[in-house]
Amino acid sequence: MAAQAQPRTLFDKIWASHVVAELSGGVSLLAIDRHLMHDLEAGAIIKRIADRGLRPHNPELTFGVPDHAVATDPRRRANSTPNSERLLREMKEGSDAFGITYFDLDTEGQGIVHVIGPELGLSQPGMTIVCADSHTCTHGGLGALSFGIGATEVAHVLATQTLRQTRPKTMRVNFNGKVAAGVTAKDLILATIGKIGTGAGRGHAVEYAGDAIRAMSIDERLTVCNLSIELGAKIGMIAPDDTTFEFLAGRRYAPQGDMFERALGCWRGLPTDEGARFDVEHSIDVDTVAPQVTWGTSPQDVIAVDSRIPDPSRESDPQRRKAMEAALAYMGLAPGAAIEGTPIDWVFIGSCTNGRLSDIREAARIVAGRKIAPNVRAWVVPGSEATQRAAEREGLDKVFLSAGFEWRKSGCSMCAGVNGDIIAPGQRSVSTTNRNFVGRQGPNARTHLASPAMAAAAALSGCIADARKIG
Amino acid sequence: MEKFTQLSALAAPLMRPNIDTDAIIPVKRLIGYQRHELGAFALEPYRFRADGSENPDFVLNQPRYRGAKILVTAENFGCGSSRESAVWALMAYGFRCVIAPGFGDIFTNNAFQNGLLLIRLPREEVDRIAEELGGAPSPAMAIDLQSCTITTPAGRQLEFQIDGERRQALLEGRDEIAMTLLRDADIAAFQSHDRVARPWIYQTVPAA
Ligand code: SF4
Repeated sequence: MAAQAQPRTLFDKIWASHVVAELSGGVSLLAIDRHLMHDLEAGAIIKRIADRGLRPHNPELTFGVPDHAVATDPRRRANSTPNSERLLREMKEGSDAFGITYFDLDTEGQGIVHVIGPELGLSQPGMTIVCADSHTCTHGGLGALSFGIGATEVAHVLATQTLRQTRPKTMRVNFNGKVAAGVTAKDLILATIGKIGTGAGRGHAVEYAGDAIRAMSIDERLTVCNLSIELGAKIGMIAPDDTTFEFLAGRRYAPQGDMFERALGCWRGLPTDEGARFDVEHSIDVDTVAPQVTWGTSPQDVIAVDSRIPDPSRESDPQRRKAMEAALAYMGLAPGAAIEGTPIDWVFIGSCTNGRLSDIREAARIVAGRKIAPNVRAWVVPGSEATQRAAEREGLDKVFLSAGFEWRKSGCSMCAGVNGDIIAPGQRSVSTTNRNFVGRQGPNARTHLASPAMAAAAALSGCIADARKIG
Repeated sequence: MEKFTQLSALAAPLMRPNIDTDAIIPVKRLIGYQRHELGAFALEPYRFRADGSENPDFVLNQPRYRGAKILVTAENFGCGSSRESAVWALMAYGFRCVIAPGFGDIFTNNAFQNGLLLIRLPREEVDRIAEELGGAPSPAMAIDLQSCTITTPAGRQLEFQIDGERRQALLEGRDEIAMTLLRDADIAAFQSHDRVARPWIYQTVPAA
């Protein structure tokens, strides 16, 4: 009998099949299958490469889309803001000159880079996928090895179609048990970050596993993987299965016909082998997870909506205590108070975390036939043009508009506020995004991260509310 | 990329954990500024008060730490968003080296690709250097990348570990793209094999 091959993880398999050469110091030269560009850096980097007299190594493997800087009002144009005018023009000109596909505004294809990759079938199992954005880990939801890179690395990928990478350690997070009613993928991953901390994944490629993951749709898996970087991990991934293959079949850039069958043969071999070793393992009992909401300025500052804001005076680590005090001061919250009922000014539903069709449906289910609270402003910003059109075909835009929401065009919008969509100083938002950092949604804006259902519930109630009591 | 061999310079202790890249360079500064202009906004949320005036309590604004080229800081420095401009901002401010118990992953890559030396030391060691800086008449220290040693403000010699390839790149100030293009034959060989094994990867014409 042939010797048994060493059992390997999903990560091990993809990594090994992309090594072009081993360099010194434990660095591997990795082949890159897909490179995605967004508007903030693309034009400038293409110019840098061109100025050096270089050409893209494989222009057919790079795709660009404007998302961060674009305006989101319903009548937006490329030149709606001075920034987007310049960034989009430079990106489009550079892409044309280099033969790179560019998904322009108002076409099905435009949207947040991490929403359109999966939606178009550009992102596939077993691929290496990179983009100059830390939430590139999102694509791992399809079983890809995907991670964010810096501008210099982008230039390296364009010029060589490879990257120099040090192999990370591996971590598995097992979600055991059954998710309670009214609890979403966003709640599970926020609770995980709250439990193991924003530094836990540093230096690791994280695989999410367990029955709760297997039961999730692709949209939900993408949400889980999206927050990997908030766990400190550049890479988050979920083994592909029939749910993944069904999701991809027929998508515009997915393999078609016989080629799909061939790809399938490869994809089915990707999941982690029985008995494969991880450097670190964590377990999360999902039965006990309730809807989550953040109270501080780091995603790990998170609690169940029906619990109380933690008290720094009961924290023994002095550094942590100081950080908690600073977070509460910034957020204008009192230790020991119930978080439910905290009055809010803004609700934002969108982003690469929760701006997909299923997220919009989840929020719409709660909003339907109701009105938002009088002092609240609430926006829905679909994650892509195609998402927006699909939602409109289902009449969801009407549901939100008649409740008092604004229904806008796709882009990053208030997730990072780069395009000028920001929250006024001191105002409080419930946001379906991924970062509640100081100033993320505007100077002195106070952000509470939560699921789309929780955001919808907050919009109706005018305060942080438990979606389970409304839906 | 500028070479890095030795550095004797002032060092500033900024002992706050989890300083993320949004704090190192706010997103509103990412557009409309050249790399070398970003130093004015490095650590802007801490350095300046809401009215735009300098925050006199912040360590980098204290006269004894002005002109620091070394930053000594706490856990998880550079976590958060992948923006490479965080490294540019720190370098434009004048930093050539950051010492901490740990760094954000993407920040680490960005730092080394731009010639910013990151040194990881155990938390107790970093805390001790910070204390020495606070107590020294002049908060200066020295770093030697040839020998991988640090001379602390109190004159202690410490060794540090650094990846061999990264060290070499810093010592020679060389650019990685040029190095990788020397291996284009390897890349071509990989791709021609891969085009047979996984043809769908390279077929990126969309379905009608
Ligand atoms: S939606 Fe937010 S997190 Fe996602 S890519 Fe855009 S700015 Fe980044």
